[in-house]
Amino acid sequence: MSAVIENHHDDHGHHGPAKGLKRWFYTTNHKDIGTLYLWFSFAMFLIGGAMAMIIRAELFQPGMQIVEPEFYNQMITLHGLIMIFGGVMPAFVGLANWLVPMMIGAPDMALPRMNNLSFWILPFAFFVLLSSLFMEGGAPNFGWTFYAPLSTTYAPPSTTFFIFSVHIMGASSIMGSINVIVTIMNMRAPGMGLMKMPLFVWSWLITAYLLIAVMPVLAGAVTMMLMDIHFGTSFFDAAGGGDPVLFQHIFWFFGHPEVYIMILPAFGIVSHIIETFSRKQLFGYSSMVWAMLSIAILSFVVWAHHMFTVGMPLAAELFFMWSTMLIAVPTGVKVFNWIATMFKGSITFETPMLFACAFVVLFTLGGFSGLMLAITPADFQYHDTYFVVAHFHYVLVPGAIFSIMAAVYYWIPKWTGNMYDERLGRLHFWLSFVGVNVTFFPQHFIGLAGMPRRIPDYALQFADWNMVSTAGAFLFGFSQVFFLFIVIKTVMGGKKATGEVWEGARGLEWTVDSPAPYHTFGTPPKVS
Amino acid sequence: MTNVRSLICSFKTQFTVIFFALSNKAIAEWDELNMTQGATAISREVYDLHMLIFWICVAIGVLVFGVMFYSMYAFTKKKNPVAATFHENTKVELAWTIIPFLILIAMAVPASKTLQSIYNDEAGDVNIQVVGYQWKWQYRYLEDDVSFFSNLTTDLDEIYNKVPKGENYLQEVDEMVVIPAGKKVRFLITANDVIHSWWMPAFAIKQDAIPGFINTAWTIVDEPGLYRGKCTELCGKNHGFMPIVVKVVEQDEYDLWINDKKAAAIAMAELTEKDWSAAELVERGESLYVTNCVACHQVNGQGIAGIFPGLAGSDVVLNDKAGQIEILMEGIQGAAMNSFSYLSEVEMAAVITYTRQSWGNAEKGDGEIVVPKDIVEYKQNKI
Amino acid sequence: MGNKKITILKLSAAVAGMYLFSFALVPLYDVFCDITGLNGKVAQTSNAESSISVEGREIGLQFISHNNAGMPWVFKPSKEVSKIKTGTLYEATFYAKNTTDKMMTGRAVNSVAPSNAKDYIKKIECFCFAEGIELMPGEEILLPIKMVVDDELPDNIKNIVLSYTIFDSKIEHNLTMDHDSDHMGS
Repeated sequence: MSAVIENHHDDHGHHGPAKGLKRWFYTTNHKDIGTLYLWFSFAMFLIGGAMAMIIRAELFQPGMQIVEPEFYNQMITLHGLIMIFGGVMPAFVGLANWLVPMMIGAPDMALPRMNNLSFWILPFAFFVLLSSLFMEGGAPNFGWTFYAPLSTTYAPPSTTFFIFSVHIMGASSIMGSINVIVTIMNMRAPGMGLMKMPLFVWSWLITAYLLIAVMPVLAGAVTMMLMDIHFGTSFFDAAGGGDPVLFQHIFWFFGHPEVYIMILPAFGIVSHIIETFSRKQLFGYSSMVWAMLSIAILSFVVWAHHMFTVGMPLAAELFFMWSTMLIAVPTGVKVFNWIATMFKGSITFETPMLFACAFVVLFTLGGFSGLMLAITPADFQYHDTYFVVAHFHYVLVPGAIFSIMAAVYYWIPKWTGNMYDERLGRLHFWLSFVGVNVTFFPQHFIGLAGMPRRIPDYALQFADWNMVSTAGAFLFGFSQVFFLFIVIKTVMGGKKATGEVWEGARGLEWTVDSPAPYHTFGTPPKVS
Repeated sequence: MTNVRSLICSFKTQFTVIFFALSNKAIAEWDELNMTQGATAISREVYDLHMLIFWICVAIGVLVFGVMFYSMYAFTKKKNPVAATFHENTKVELAWTIIPFLILIAMAVPASKTLQSIYNDEAGDVNIQVVGYQWKWQYRYLEDDVSFFSNLTTDLDEIYNKVPKGENYLQEVDEMVVIPAGKKVRFLITANDVIHSWWMPAFAIKQDAIPGFINTAWTIVDEPGLYRGKCTELCGKNHGFMPIVVKVVEQDEYDLWINDKKAAAIAMAELTEKDWSAAELVERGESLYVTNCVACHQVNGQGIAGIFPGLAGSDVVLNDKAGQIEILMEGIQGAAMNSFSYLSEVEMAAVITYTRQSWGNAEKGDGEIVVPKDIVEYKQNKI
Repeated sequence: MGNKKITILKLSAAVAGMYLFSFALVPLYDVFCDITGLNGKVAQTSNAESSISVEGREIGLQFISHNNAGMPWVFKPSKEVSKIKTGTLYEATFYAKNTTDKMMTGRAVNSVAPSNAKDYIKKIECFCFAEGIELMPGEEILLPIKMVVDDELPDNIKNIVLSYTIFDSKIEHNLTMDHDSDHMGS
């Protein structure tokens, strides 16, 4: 080994990324791939959002004004699939890609080429899914939960493409999770024991294990669907000795952990942001870790709370009621710990902190409606009504999505080297905050008053609050276009950011320059 | 505690209880905001459970957000430039793990009790098989063998905003489920095609209707009244258009109703099932023809040239039995011929047979008669 | 810093294992249902003799039927409502007729209400256990059920409803010979 080669090795960091479009197709760099995931998820968020606008526009008044019921059902189905599999999940993977290696002092992810593949199959999967809108019979129209036999015997021909698309998205998630776990378990800087890891890293470690456990089960479910549709099996067809309820059990065995997959990284993000802007070490680090672990483990034994009206016997209903209620305990611990961090802190309210505080309050509201839903006899009145829609939109929109926006505002100075415009950020926050509440809070009322979900038209007593909700939705929707503007503006320029960016920020990512060099931690740092 | 203090304490307690009771009632009356208390003992129990959990959540929220908003107000960097350094406290953390756990147990006890009451399912005085179809409900009273479909009756013109919407827009049906007040009614719920779900908020009943399987629900409704429900499982394009209406009446009114239905069913069954001969049909059909058809098609079946087609020697009447049924049932668009589907199956079959057998039509054409079962089949295939 | 390859192998095995697990859920579900009676299906039993006793109580038994998705057969219980005694062998029939002009295979699925009665209903013979019921065009048949309701049936259950839904198995029947009853001569 001559000195020349060694120098050459060091020089790689100075050469920087390749030029042109090829860079993005061939990159194995975790920062580039993180950027790809984030832009992709933003695009999917806007597309899924446009579908939401169509849905809310139709629901603005009673009567059918804009679309036919068949198309409406396609909109609600695609809206759900795109937001979950195209919006929230890829955004969190993008954040994992950008942040996990830096936070643990690793030079990149463990499997950089698989990382590239994990990303690039996603645009393909969503192209297939969205193209089903133009196929004969239309796009999938059976809800994102695609219960059989509506999704098998009675489904449009495009269902096969839907299944193909879901398989690919699942493969992407599984590969990504393997990458995350191998990275975290094998590439932490010396001195960084598990209980010294940043909480975002912990949250992603746990999320990755959940993904490995349940995405294959989803794959199994859609494979069985495929076989029922095309190969004459009867997994879910009573006519052949199968059972539609079996589908629901398999689906929700995946589906419940899935919703925790969609919130655990949010917990990680919020912990970082509240700690930084309270200028005070996060309260109860180890209980935060145990809480996330408990939530993850419990998530495997609550799935049938999505099926309380399916006709299970009393013992099963009681079990699932109690196990579901139990999840409130570790979740409550986390909320208390965030607040205890803020208590007697020294707080400033820059945009990331605004979103994080809103997360704590509004996610907790979603948690309260979740607790109400856990109560089985009461759930008989809530199930499949707008009360459920209100619940999950509260935990997903001012929950997961706000945490993603908070993360973007918080880390974009590190990614781009530019500060975002604080006034614009705050405006975006307040517009979103008002919009989200005006959209979803009234949905609690109409659900309680008796409006079912997944209907394009409704009886007159639901008219007033539907109108309010639609108004809120349009406000929220346009605010996200405004967010796009803010992000592009920041990428293109802005006040230069320091390495530390935020006073009081802890973590290895703040020890490198902003923007972060293309390759960081070529030599692992020492962690005390 | 002194007597005065304990008196104040008890006043506070009473006041709190009364406040919550009244506000529950007030909130219950805000129809657009809250769950219904319903019309049964179970539905009221469910409502009370719902409000209990709700108030507990409100209390926890006030407490927790109180501390949070206080922190956001009192511990800004300006007001508190140096942050405290504590970052753990085992006692406090244990407390806020154990206390919520105890609160959950307090919630779980009444919830489990209510669930057990709901599952306590013995026989009903009236047993109704409920079948969900795409997109309507079928009800079969098992003891009395009375069966009917229940379809949404809201006009498409209302849905497509051509005429103003009626008061019961999307909540009205052609045939209501009638049940007696004060008696136990059991519903045996299943489906014909995909999964539906039968929800009656006023009875706190919601059970999925799953093809091939039976789910049960029961209710005892105290007061007569009209109650409306919905399908609550996505079942295809008209999921939002298959409501449920249950009319609860006093026992004697119910007895009258069910006897009427039984008699009508027996009569219709007899007539429809009966093997009608051509002669019987023709005899029955003749008077119907005179009442309904003569004005245009004339007594001799010749019609009026250029205006009303003749039936004697008509190609449809001679050779196209299915086509003729369709014309009578649907009418002809853009022509004077209306739909006669309001005729009973027997009447429809009789008048069509009359035309196929008269004026030499039987010899010249295929001579096929139409029996009431043909009309029943036509109606079923139309679904 | 640890062996990446081993971690990758372990995780890939976990992925494969979970995928196979989802398929294992299919039989597991049936086993679970059998043990707990979760889906109200009554399985065939051969040891019904143990349920036969002299001292039984009277309960109501109701049969209901439904033709799924407009399945065109006539399908109904020969007797809808009966009073039977627990501990006594009871035989019932269902009448079925293929009213079409094609050979068809039907399949009947049974369901019990209340679902916790399922453990106490011992069926020795039931047409619902058959893979399929084949009927020629116009053929009619009386389908048998032989069952005993165990005395242990909880006291608060005074009425049992047995529901049967008949489905069209949609099996294609290719007949190469004509199905006249008279095959002699041609």
